[in-house]
Amino acid sequence: MSLISETDRKKLNRRKRKAVIFSRFCAAVTWSSVLLLAVLLYQVAADGIAWLDWQFLSSFPSRFPERAGIKSAVVGTLWLISLVALISIPIGVSSALYLEEFAKPGKLNKFIEVNISNLAGVPSIVYGILGLAFFVRFFALERSLLSGALTMSLLILPVIIIASREAIRTVPMSIRYAAFSLGATRWQTTWAHVLPASFPGIMTGVILALSRAIGETAPLIMIGALTFVAFFRLVQWILLLLYPFRFITGFPGPRRNFMSWLRPGYLYF
Amino acid sequence: MSEAVTIIEKGNVNNSSHKFTQDAALELQDVSIYYSENPAVRGVSCKFLRNKITSIIGPSGCGKSTLLRSLNRMNDFIDGVKIEGKISFGSADLYGEDVDPVEVRRRIGMVFQKPNPFPKSIYNNIAWGPSINGYEGSMDELVEQSLKQAALWDEVKDRLHGSALNLSGGQQQRLCIARGLAMDPEILLMDEPCSALDPISTAHIEDLMFELKSRYTIIIVTHNMQQASRISDYTAFMELGKLIEFGDTETVFTKPKVKRTEEYVTGRFG
Repeated sequence: MSLISETDRKKLNRRKRKAVIFSRFCAAVTWSSVLLLAVLLYQVAADGIAWLDWQFLSSFPSRFPERAGIKSAVVGTLWLISLVALISIPIGVSSALYLEEFAKPGKLNKFIEVNISNLAGVPSIVYGILGLAFFVRFFALERSLLSGALTMSLLILPVIIIASREAIRTVPMSIRYAAFSLGATRWQTTWAHVLPASFPGIMTGVILALSRAIGETAPLIMIGALTFVAFFRLVQWILLLLYPFRFITGFPGPRRNFMSWLRPGYLYF
Repeated sequence: MSEAVTIIEKGNVNNSSHKFTQDAALELQDVSIYYSENPAVRGVSCKFLRNKITSIIGPSGCGKSTLLRSLNRMNDFIDGVKIEGKISFGSADLYGEDVDPVEVRRRIGMVFQKPNPFPKSIYNNIAWGPSINGYEGSMDELVEQSLKQAALWDEVKDRLHGSALNLSGGQQQRLCIARGLAMDPEILLMDEPCSALDPISTAHIEDLMFELKSRYTIIIVTHNMQQASRISDYTAFMELGKLIEFGDTETVFTKPKVKRTEEYVTGRFG
């Protein structure tokens, strides 16, 4: 004697079948992309592994493939991203804290909010034009690492602010009330409770934003980043390279040998 | 228990309350509170006496929580709240120009409906308040003393540095009380502190309130009329933002002066 009737059993089986089909579909999608990645990695590794050595990492670009390296690209990227982090994280997180915790809600606040959201959707090349006009020309920072970092910071600030605000909003009001009821000021409440509780969320936003900055090339083309740097002049802030950028355009000459140069580069990247 | 304190109709304070002037921890005069023009509390006048437990009862939406939150200026955080009338705290006007709301909240503590410990250790939950307010004694002693006052010490003394979130709901609520007590407040406001708790935890907290009465003035909002009649010395009954009746608990529950109160406490509505 079964627990359920025959028609109920049929319905139940149908529901179970749907669940199985959906879970298989999800698994297929996941594994096919993993497989694709594995194939690509294998292909790159098979050709590029021979080029992977310290010399490749520690040499400047060169006209001769066997002497060429990615030192300036790596160093430039690290410089750029560190500067971007230094500029954008404090400004972005502070702005988010101000908008969420301190600013009085009102028309002005709403206006700022809408504008930040819009800025997050502006194409990166537009930031490049802005950077060119504003930092390179107006502030006369020239085509420097600093103008590049400032432009990139502008680009990712909206993302950091929006992500941080979302993270701050997830902190329950009851925690704030608890702190206030103990005679804490806004600042003490924010610093001791709101910020630590929203920290993981803020970090997620910051990492996503920085990874966008590290992969972004268009704004740097606009402000005139150098793509072939055979020596450093750090003092003059002239070093401005971005690693992925080099793979898109910047190879010295169309010689075939340089094509194999690409693969170890990807491997490092 | 013969001192009927006040009978309030249309915001008038009964004269018999004047003999308690010395003992009033908080005195309300014709207090109205509006949420962007909608009145939530209308013309409430009463006195909360020192070292007594006063409970505020009434049907949902009668403004009792709003009134309670106005007593330590927690309403300041809600947009569009406007308050009229006067609340005296000792000789000071609670909403006076020269009164710092942070100082008010330090001296008038609050326990909330849902236990809301900080996501930190038990020790730090208690130590944080005093430390930001410049407490200069032995913090270990203060933590122990506060936890003992809240009847939680024996249960947590071996895991003071474990997360407060691992405690049960009742323990968390007692931790929140201990956290408030560590500030050594003059008044403790409790907003339905037992509504999220099981009967045993509720009994713990009620016992605790009896203990605390000798040192603190307690004002509690509760939905639970048995609780109000068990624990409080005075009871205020509110409906539609008005204070309908205020008197000693026995009178309010056994021979209320206003018919509406009788209907409520006997369970005919609400």
